[in-house]
Amino acid sequence: MPSMTYREAGRLAVQEAMRADPTVWCVGEDLGRGGVFGQYAGLEAEFGTDRICSAPISEAAIMGAAVGAAMAGTRPIVEMRFADFALCAIDELVNQAAKARYMFGGQSKVPITVREPMGMWRSSAAQHSQSLESWYTHIPGLVVVAPSTPADNYGLLSAAIEADDPVVYMEHKNLWDVSGEVNSGEIIPLGKARIARSGTDVTIVSWSAQLHTALDATKILSREGIEAEVIDLRSLWPWDEEAVAKSLSKTGRLIVCHEAVSVSGFGAEILATISERHFGLLKRPPIRLAAPRIPISYAPNLEDEVRVTADDIAQAARRID
Amino acid sequence: MVKTNLDVGRLSERFRMMLRIRAFEEFAIRAADEKLVLGAIHPSIGQEACATGICAALRKDDFLLSTHRGHGHTLAKGADATAMMRELFGREGGICGGKGGSMHIADFSVGMLGANGVVAANINIAAGAAHAAKLMGQDKISVCIFGDGAINRGPFLEGLNWAAAFKLPVLFVCEDNEWASTTRSKDVTGGDSPGKRAEALGIAAEQVDGNDVMAVEDATTRLVAAIRAGGGPRLLHAVTYRLLGHTSVDKAAYRPDGEADKKWTNCPISRASTLLTGAGMSQTELDSFRSNAFDEMQAAFDDAKASPWPNTVNAYADVQDIGALQPLDT
Repeated sequence: MPSMTYREAGRLAVQEAMRADPTVWCVGEDLGRGGVFGQYAGLEAEFGTDRICSAPISEAAIMGAAVGAAMAGTRPIVEMRFADFALCAIDELVNQAAKARYMFGGQSKVPITVREPMGMWRSSAAQHSQSLESWYTHIPGLVVVAPSTPADNYGLLSAAIEADDPVVYMEHKNLWDVSGEVNSGEIIPLGKARIARSGTDVTIVSWSAQLHTALDATKILSREGIEAEVIDLRSLWPWDEEAVAKSLSKTGRLIVCHEAVSVSGFGAEILATISERHFGLLKRPPIRLAAPRIPISYAPNLEDEVRVTADDIAQAARRID
Repeated sequence: MVKTNLDVGRLSERFRMMLRIRAFEEFAIRAADEKLVLGAIHPSIGQEACATGICAALRKDDFLLSTHRGHGHTLAKGADATAMMRELFGREGGICGGKGGSMHIADFSVGMLGANGVVAANINIAAGAAHAAKLMGQDKISVCIFGDGAINRGPFLEGLNWAAAFKLPVLFVCEDNEWASTTRSKDVTGGDSPGKRAEALGIAAEQVDGNDVMAVEDATTRLVAAIRAGGGPRLLHAVTYRLLGHTSVDKAAYRPDGEADKKWTNCPISRASTLLTGAGMSQTELDSFRSNAFDEMQAAFDDAKASPWPNTVNAYADVQDIGALQPLDT
């Protein structure tokens, strides 16, 4: 199996999709030089400036034009540069992309893949660090994906580009350099979770970069005789309720951890759903671990205040036992 | 004086389209008054020459994107009046299955990619539809109609710049009816005109009397030819007037007394009628055009009124493919 980075895996998914389908094209700022994180490196040379379209700094036009181009028969991959900047295009995403198919009675789908690099990444402060995935899960019409590994970034991005729905595809900025095995052709269905580690004592649900922290915590716990099962949700909408319930039928204990703010974070939805529909599986009250409701700071020690650490997760696992 | 070069055949066709739009909206207003149309409707009475003249200059496969005041544009692009009326009534067989209503009316089969409930939102979307046509090597163009209020929203800048930067086949039409909702546009707008703004972005612009249907068609034809020839985007500033209020229930009491009365004398339908009479068309013939339009829309009204509500399960249809709810999931 070839090893590549999370960044290269995303690039491979785009490259293969563009080779296979001439209607797939990419649009966003600085794509010609490879994108701000190098995730489009070399693609302009292969596909030209029409299909690797370097856009003005006009997020609303990037998103809005993609909506129109999708309704007119192409399949745009939209690059938002930072998830935070997608807020300049929220009408285009929420009122237009997510609603067009429904409002027009199914006359058109809007097959766009919106890449929104998310999360904390080196002292980037309050406007370049947010994790807003739960916002999008609230919007009917959108699919929301947050991959944690190179294999997933390849397989899920491939699936997102193939999908006829608008997909908010959130890569984590701190994962670009993470390496792992990736097999070309292994497309991962959207909405299916992955058991990242098997265990019997407690179920830890996470996604994106926080998943790796959860796996770190299991090493601490394992030394103490606690075997945690870690579920990588991979997609937030739809999310794999069945996989979580199945794990809980074994462990009876649920911890959800995520990098986003706790209040109205996606952990709230998971805990509510499990409490409503699978209450009988729970042997202990479930726990959410997430950021306090404060903006993300610049200074490293202030920034760290919002992080959920492996120690925090381990402590929660001991508490729930 | 009769214009010597008046194309009577063409004008009478345009006249009939304007009458259809007028009759459609008069029935829509009646339906709103009778609580048969439940949501807001935004009549374009007085602006029929814009819809008619613009669409007359387009091909069926050209894209058209409209506004919340879009009944006329949609009809003129070729949508079926009965399916439209059912949509306004929210009934089965509505052009959007009863899920959009007046403000989201669309007919993709005639290239009409939708009215929009968000002012100016279609400017970027229209640029994108043109972008797709260019990418796929098609020679169709995209036309975006928006109001005078839209030029103060961000998409006007972003979308026009986009179309200019990528030299896209788009015709932007500012259908200027003087009123942005219930505020006079010139009181809240800087600069001289939408055309000046377009020109600042490198887009050639023209102004036209938006109540002269032939002038609108001729200007559009000229601009469309330049665009289709690869000349990049153009802007047409069509100056018209909204004879009624912002919505069908708005009495427009904020307007100075007499303003609308005076503007009624410039109604595009009256003007066309005068020209046709001057060209020798008989009153009987003109009346028959009116009654044909009336009868068509009366039939659409009756049909919509008799149509059933959509099946409730349709509330769950066409949300998305992946992660869609089934009706029982709720």
